[in-house]
Amino acid sequence: MKGYIHSIETFGTVDGPGIRYVVFMQGCPLRCKYCHNPDTWQMNTGQQMEVEEVLKGFYNNQSFYKDGGVTVTGGEPLMQIEFVTELFKYLKQHQVHTALDTSGITFSEKTKEKFDELIKYTDLVLLDIKHIDPKGHVELTQQKLDPVLAFARYLSDHQIPVWIRHVVVYDITYKEEYLYQLGLFLGTLNNVKAIDVLPYHTMGIVKYQQMNLEYPLKDTKETSKDDALQARNIVLKGYRESRRNRM
Amino acid sequence: MESKWHENWEGFKAGTWSKKVDVRDFIQRNYTPYEGDDSFLAKPTEATKALWQQVLVLMKEERERGGIWDLDSKVVSSITSHDAGYLNKELETIVGFQTEKPFKRSLQPFGGIRMAEAAAEAYGYHVDPEVTEIFTKYRKTHNQGVFDAYSDEMRLARKSAIITGLPDAYGRGRIIGDYRRVALYGTDKLIEDKKEQLATYKTTMTEDVIRLREELSEQIRALKELAKLGEIYGYDISKPAKTAQEAVQWLYFGYLAAVKEQNGAAMSLGRTSTFLDIFIKRDLDAGLITEEQAQEYIDHFIMKLRLIKFARTPEYNALFSGDPTWVTESLGGMGMDGRPLVTKTSFRYLHTLDNLGTAPEPNLTVLWSRHFPQNFKEYCAKMSIKSSSIQYENDDMMRETHGDDYAIACCVSSMRVGKEMQFFGARANLAKCLLYAINGGVDEKLLIQVGPKYRAVTDDILNYEDVMAKFDDMMEWLAELYVNTLNVIHYMHDKYCYERIQMALHDREVKRYFATGIAGLSVVADSLSAIKYAKVKCVRNENGVVVDYEVEGDYPKYGNNVDDVDNIAVEIVSKFMNKIRKHQTYRNGYPTTSILTITSNVVYGKKTGNTPDGRRQGEPFAPGANPMHGRDSHGALASLASVAKLPYGDAQDGISNTFSVIPGALGKDDQIFVGDLDIDLCDCTQSACQIPNLTEGIEKE
Repeated sequence: MKGYIHSIETFGTVDGPGIRYVVFMQGCPLRCKYCHNPDTWQMNTGQQMEVEEVLKGFYNNQSFYKDGGVTVTGGEPLMQIEFVTELFKYLKQHQVHTALDTSGITFSEKTKEKFDELIKYTDLVLLDIKHIDPKGHVELTQQKLDPVLAFARYLSDHQIPVWIRHVVVYDITYKEEYLYQLGLFLGTLNNVKAIDVLPYHTMGIVKYQQMNLEYPLKDTKETSKDDALQARNIVLKGYRESRRNRM
Repeated sequence: MESKWHENWEGFKAGTWSKKVDVRDFIQRNYTPYEGDDSFLAKPTEATKALWQQVLVLMKEERERGGIWDLDSKVVSSITSHDAGYLNKELETIVGFQTEKPFKRSLQPFGGIRMAEAAAEAYGYHVDPEVTEIFTKYRKTHNQGVFDAYSDEMRLARKSAIITGLPDAYGRGRIIGDYRRVALYGTDKLIEDKKEQLATYKTTMTEDVIRLREELSEQIRALKELAKLGEIYGYDISKPAKTAQEAVQWLYFGYLAAVKEQNGAAMSLGRTSTFLDIFIKRDLDAGLITEEQAQEYIDHFIMKLRLIKFARTPEYNALFSGDPTWVTESLGGMGMDGRPLVTKTSFRYLHTLDNLGTAPEPNLTVLWSRHFPQNFKEYCAKMSIKSSSIQYENDDMMRETHGDDYAIACCVSSMRVGKEMQFFGARANLAKCLLYAINGGVDEKLLIQVGPKYRAVTDDILNYEDVMAKFDDMMEWLAELYVNTLNVIHYMHDKYCYERIQMALHDREVKRYFATGIAGLSVVADSLSAIKYAKVKCVRNENGVVVDYEVEGDYPKYGNNVDDVDNIAVEIVSKFMNKIRKHQTYRNGYPTTSILTITSNVVYGKKTGNTPDGRRQGEPFAPGANPMHGRDSHGALASLASVAKLPYGDAQDGISNTFSVIPGALGKDDQIFVGDLDIDLCDCTQSACQIPNLTEGIEKE
């Protein structure tokens, strides 16, 4: 089976445990204002690769990945869920750790069957929750929040370990009530293994310039590390509060 | 030499080493591997802090004075030429400078008087006319000798820079004296040993025999001077070191003697930490010193190594991008018996990067093994992230060739300490050689005939088979010329600028590596790949010389783990090495090559015209065996995997890869990333839940 691949990074260290082979899939339905990979948005473009071709790059350097594995990200990798499923299936059969970096946006009752198959071969999901407020989510990404939360719940029900990723941006997500709300929600899940609060950075601007796109956040400052720490603590506060109420 | 047990060796296990000179045997019988972590390390003492503060002030003054604090323009440097020099005699536990003052550079004209003069002039000093007279009228230098013998072709190849960086006007360096011998045996025993070596050597007076007999006599003389150097500083180093402090000091005197006598391109230290650990442990166990004192000796020793300075010309500094001394110290590695050669003092050396702050010198080089104790791996990773000052080399690979008591000279040249040495050979510019192949030996920048007048390429579109055949012929020519040029250089260096003290700290029968080098490998690989897989059109000037190339279409680039092009790089290395091997080398040196232009790649690039890979004239080459900048698009591992394909057997003098990475790309910032939710609130022991941290990627055994 062929998939549309944006690029491959052979030395990924921030997208899951250990050193990882990271596959960037092409195509994404979200239009996050802070997206630093706008070149992965467009569907049905990029390099077409067979699952075997993708695997070849992994096996060429396999000894480096023995404490790591393979991460599929994007774009939104689940726009090509069949491809990801086939890739993961093979890797799982060969005892390779698999991680999926997704927004969960394509999850619905209709697509659930495909997800049931996919999660059989998925060791870890890096779930990007862009915004905990439904309105804010639409405003930030041009897509609804509901599928994301439903997907989170679904993963919790199926006990798939999850790392939550959340980007904090001034005036958008860097608000106490949102962060606390996010924590409360995460506390209702049974599978959260880590929370990764990422400070917003502007490294994507170059790509917008190259693509002649207007950068939506040109007036927004990068989030400082201190503020990211602060944000992290608020999320954790909500998380603990929520957990305590459930005990 | 059968020698008696010395009382200063009390507490050591006897062995071959106590009967004859054999440092490795001493280490193997007496060292204690350390598998613990870094928690035992001590902070800098008040004395260390005060001394380092003084150094910082001097450094600032040096910069303010235009790069040189002071320079001796009168006294020709020798082992005993200068009085004792100190920063602060009361505070220094390890003493000794190259001249009577710290930061004052010495005058070393034996490599070439003109180089010494030019270095002085560049900073507003003038070499004493009497010295100039002596070294032009009465005493020939290495540089003069070389140019007396060079052929016209050699001069031209040097001018066009198809062979560059040749040590024909400066010290060749790359020889590591076994400075540990001074500490373990004292100079008396070493002199006795050398005398016996001379007495038992051949007496059929062929040129080879005469030369070595003379050299042995020079070595004995140098060892006597070394003992005097000790006396100048108030130490009797004729006997073995009795304490840890003495061991560090004796060893340093050995090294100091070498840098007082030789302004070599690389004056490396060897592999000293585990050796010294034995002395330090003996004193610690006996309660004679504390950990603070042990660390202080090492801090002061390293401080001295940081202050090794030479007078060099601005051109020299441009070639090497700065003023490197290459005081390389090799740390760690594994023993042949499977025990790691990691000791507490290996930690103490790296800890100087904390206690004194980071610095490029000494060039702390970890001989890395996958079998290292996990704690040492983690400490190395931690210090690398903190300091960006540690070099790594593959012990698992080099151990097979050199055993477990080798060290690195300069950046990658491996040799068994005291048993092997190297004739440093700079490098041949293979990218330029490829252009010569296309242009029939005409230099693309000077536009004159430099190489042999072979048939030039006449096609408009370059044909791979045609270019490869021509390139092969041109490499054949280059290899022969290169070896012959080096033969001249090393003959004259031995004759006029012999490394007496360094060779005195070697065995009599030494294996000599005849090192060559390659520059521009990735340019050549990509160029040939472009010719093979894309369309490369020649652009000729009015005289028909190809001066530019137009590349149509894409081609696989070295650095992406693609065999199509990586195999070309492999083929070129093996081919060139085999051509080098065809020729007679000076003193039957064992030919090797390296791919390691860590800094001079900029200068080589400047001197090379447009290349068929699309690189513009003057653009720097990639350093060492690195892929060309920006052409590796598949991330670090793919890039490293391409480099790793190069055959070590055909590049035994080393393959270097300069690798920069921002800390953020090495893993999560553990302050912001929360992975302790499991410990906090739930239980989970699966691998997927584990917290990534800075040491995650380190291979666990």
